[in-house]
Amino acid sequence: MRLGVLALQGAFIEHEQALQRLGVDFTEIRQLADLEHEYTNKNCKLDGLIIPGGESTVQGKLLHDLELFQPIQELIQHGMPVFGTCAGLLLLAEKISNDERCHLATMHITAMRNAYGRQLGSFFTEAEFKGLGKIPMTFIRAPYITEVASDVEVLAEVNGKIVAARQGKQLVTAFHPELHNDQHYNDAVHAYFLQMINE
Amino acid sequence: MLNNRWELNKNLAQMLKGGVIMDVTTPEQAKIAEAAGACAVMALERIPADIRAAGGVSRMSDPKMIKGIQQAVSIPVMAKCRIGHFAEAQILQAIEIDYIDESEVLSPADDKYHIDKTAFEVPFVCGAKDLGEALRRIAEGAAMIRTKGEPGTGDVVQAVRHMRMMQAEIRRLGSMAEDELFEAAKQLQVPCELVQYVHENKKLPVVNFAAGGVATPADAALMMQLGAEGVFVGSGIFKSGNPEKRAAAIVKAVTNFTDAKMLAELSEDLGEAMVGINEQEINLLMAQRGQ
Repeated sequence: MRLGVLALQGAFIEHEQALQRLGVDFTEIRQLADLEHEYTNKNCKLDGLIIPGGESTVQGKLLHDLELFQPIQELIQHGMPVFGTCAGLLLLAEKISNDERCHLATMHITAMRNAYGRQLGSFFTEAEFKGLGKIPMTFIRAPYITEVASDVEVLAEVNGKIVAARQGKQLVTAFHPELHNDQHYNDAVHAYFLQMINE
Repeated sequence: MLNNRWELNKNLAQMLKGGVIMDVTTPEQAKIAEAAGACAVMALERIPADIRAAGGVSRMSDPKMIKGIQQAVSIPVMAKCRIGHFAEAQILQAIEIDYIDESEVLSPADDKYHIDKTAFEVPFVCGAKDLGEALRRIAEGAAMIRTKGEPGTGDVVQAVRHMRMMQAEIRRLGSMAEDELFEAAKQLQVPCELVQYVHENKKLPVVNFAAGGVATPADAALMMQLGAEGVFVGSGIFKSGNPEKRAAAIVKAVTNFTDAKMLAELSEDLGEAMVGINEQEINLLMAQRGQ
């Protein structure tokens, strides 16, 4: 298995470290040439893509500027598994309730940016994630999901707000699983994504 | 695990990595910076080059002006307080700033003590010239470090000097024997646990950006290749001929900092860079403020 990690801005190294701990091969996507490098005969050989936390406005702009937007959007539309955390969730959301911009828009969810307010609203909690039990969740100027379509499965809620969801091969979390590497947790959400790829 | 503010505050800095934090003085400039791809903005009344030109005492910005910028953009907003001026920091926390820069760019309020940053909920970023200074600020509660460089000059030499110094000292600690770390902690005037952390992880326990004198995409790429995890650009953008274009080029340069071909394209037709002042020509070395 070989995954792409979108490495335009944000906490992509933390995702790479999680993949290393799980023994999964990966490559950084910083520009179009990095993605083209993964193609043979017009077929992308990557088994999945991770879109990290960071600033969605920055990553969204760089996707366009570096000509990655269209190829990545098409790959996801054609079924490439994708896992977005925080800003990654916003990039995949079809609609952002408090922002006229939307980005890849491949997932039938409406998200709210900075839904918990500024940095003083950032928090840590432990909550139930469907199939994984209670897991640690760190929210940093995080969004949450306000609406989901019928083809979207809700995987976790915190205080009645949806913070993790799945639609086909697309997985999003409003929190940052990549920030936790304690032994009890064992990169459970990343492992969940790998299992999704293999299904 | 508890709701540890320092941990959460460090995490926010992790989300800023690979990004460019830009100095802005008006909501209009903040919008330009956000549209150009800034991952955060630093709200201040005067950019360092103008502070340098104006002279006199330089203080925290008007909270109204900062609030105007908070309303104009959706990305994190930072603001500066004077070294040691914990009342200014309390005010910035009260308006829910995302990050406080306890900054040598402003006139220091205390020539001996820095702010006890552990007493705050909001995160702090602090400048450092070397590893000892960086670890002292972290011991005081800073959740992010930046090199001091020499603000408002457009001259990258001091940022390079500080980053090289920090990286060299990190390498030195990394190669020490365990029993040598106690003496190293004594020399650096920092807690032993922090020295232990650097020895084991071969990096600072918090994110480390470059700042002070970055004016071109090449400067940004240089700092990233020297080990910075992102850059602050102050006077370099809005003191240049074409701020939008230069800002966007620096953002792209930070993402693809090892691709010289792309850097060459990004460096084309940027208009006039800020004029800048050489190290030898300045009277006031801001980097000497705070140890």
